[in-house]
Amino acid sequence: MKAIITVVGQDQVGIVAQVATKLAELQINIIDISQTLMDRSFTMMLSGEWDDQKLSFADAQTALETLGRTAGLTIRIQRQAVFDAIQKL
Amino acid sequence: METRSILETIQMVAEENLDIRTITMGISLFDCIDSDGERSRQKIYDKITTSARDLVKVADQIQTEYGIPIINKRIAVTPIALVAAASGDHDYVAYAKTMDQAAATLGVDLIGGFSALVQKGFQIGDRRLIASLPQALAETKRVCSSINVGSTRAGINLDAVAEMGQVIKDVAAIDPVNCMSLVVFANAVEDNPFMAGAFHGVGEADRVINVGISGPGVVKRALEQVRGAKIDVVSEQIKKTAFKVTRMGQFVGTIAAQRLNVPFGIVDLSLAPTPNEGDSVAEILEEIGLESVGAPGTTAALALLNDAVKKGGVMACEHVGGLSGAFIPVSEDAEMIRAVSAGRLSLEKLEAMTAVCSVGLDMIAIPGDTSAASISGMIADEAAIGMINNKTTAVRVIPAPGKTVGDEVTFGGLFGRAPVMPVNTSQPQAFIQRGGHIPAPIHSFKN
Repeated sequence: MKAIITVVGQDQVGIVAQVATKLAELQINIIDISQTLMDRSFTMMLSGEWDDQKLSFADAQTALETLGRTAGLTIRIQRQAVFDAIQKL
Repeated sequence: METRSILETIQMVAEENLDIRTITMGISLFDCIDSDGERSRQKIYDKITTSARDLVKVADQIQTEYGIPIINKRIAVTPIALVAAASGDHDYVAYAKTMDQAAATLGVDLIGGFSALVQKGFQIGDRRLIASLPQALAETKRVCSSINVGSTRAGINLDAVAEMGQVIKDVAAIDPVNCMSLVVFANAVEDNPFMAGAFHGVGEADRVINVGISGPGVVKRALEQVRGAKIDVVSEQIKKTAFKVTRMGQFVGTIAAQRLNVPFGIVDLSLAPTPNEGDSVAEILEEIGLESVGAPGTTAALALLNDAVKKGGVMACEHVGGLSGAFIPVSEDAEMIRAVSAGRLSLEKLEAMTAVCSVGLDMIAIPGDTSAASISGMIADEAAIGMINNKTTAVRVIPAPGKTVGDEVTFGGLFGRAPVMPVNTSQPQAFIQRGGHIPAPIHSFKN
């Protein structure tokens, strides 16, 4: 299973580390990563891949949302096809 | 990773209220017809609950995996007047209850198709269904009903128009809120996923998935970027935005159809507002440059919006259908409510607007003492606009007993609240009472 993970929130020390640690715990492999500050808010996008026999989409989502809540970040996980469908001919 | 397009999509959903308004499964009930009403209803219940068993589950999965909110899951069935006619039952309330039970079992939000098509005349089931309406809508929660009283090809059934004026009064007498489940159409379409008017047309496949999109907030935000530009630029901007919004409908419909193993029917390109702030069609018109919706120029701005939405949407999906235009339901649009309350938007202006958009006088509260003939007159006017202009029109009004201009009717949730609007009190009684049939217009003879 492949998905796009977006992380948005107030910039602070260690966001990348926290998210990457959680992804490693969940055995989600990072294929691509991009990070920037937009209007002073931290914005990171990751393309992740994992074995959906071992971890369901819903479980991955719950785990990341929980991390988001404790770290004060908005973390979304969405399958990539939706972005291609909307933005490409 | 194309970070810009990812961010833009997320912003459309998170900040601009982009969502899929409804995934509607159309189900044919022709194989449930039976001379025994009880047996027929059992077949109806079984067919609906089997066919749409996974509808809610699949919609929820799609919502989770792709991050696109899917607001409603709905069912549309073959018009019950056709299905029940063979049964010999004189009262169709039990059919409505069966639909309601099936919808409750499935966990869907609404079920449409307690309907009759009487544009040319009544068959026996039509009369019985219409007579059952006040009780059927009072005793069910999720059932929606539509009656088609006119079409470009057939003209207008004035007897039905007269009858529906009274039926709407009778429905409101029990509870005015029930009126939101009843719509009177001209040129009703057979693949409409939106309620209250959805039914599964007789020419449709056994089962089909239709999708209704939303997204006025996205269009509004896009237009903020072209303030002061020529109107051509506005049109282009709406087209581009409508394309993206519709792509999402096409995408969700394709996946839902695959997972449910049901053919994908159409995407309805309508911009459907909600009472939430920033999800308003009226705000788009104001962004185009009107001080308030209802100002002179409103009809022209709406015509442009409606046309540009279609042009942008048509290329984005395989099959377009349903109503496909901009909706202007008063109670479901926060800015529309404000304009009515401030006296800036009149019933007559709304009527003019219905000539250039989908669908009609929608979710409008009127004084409780409005006569049945006046309501019939409103239906006749809307049906005439539809008939002459080859478009769908409709009337969904709420004559609120005991209420008058300045009062309000509250529906709750997606359906919002409606300020009671003044109605011209001169009476069309003698016209409506003539009965009979308004002949089809000259341009209906195309063969």
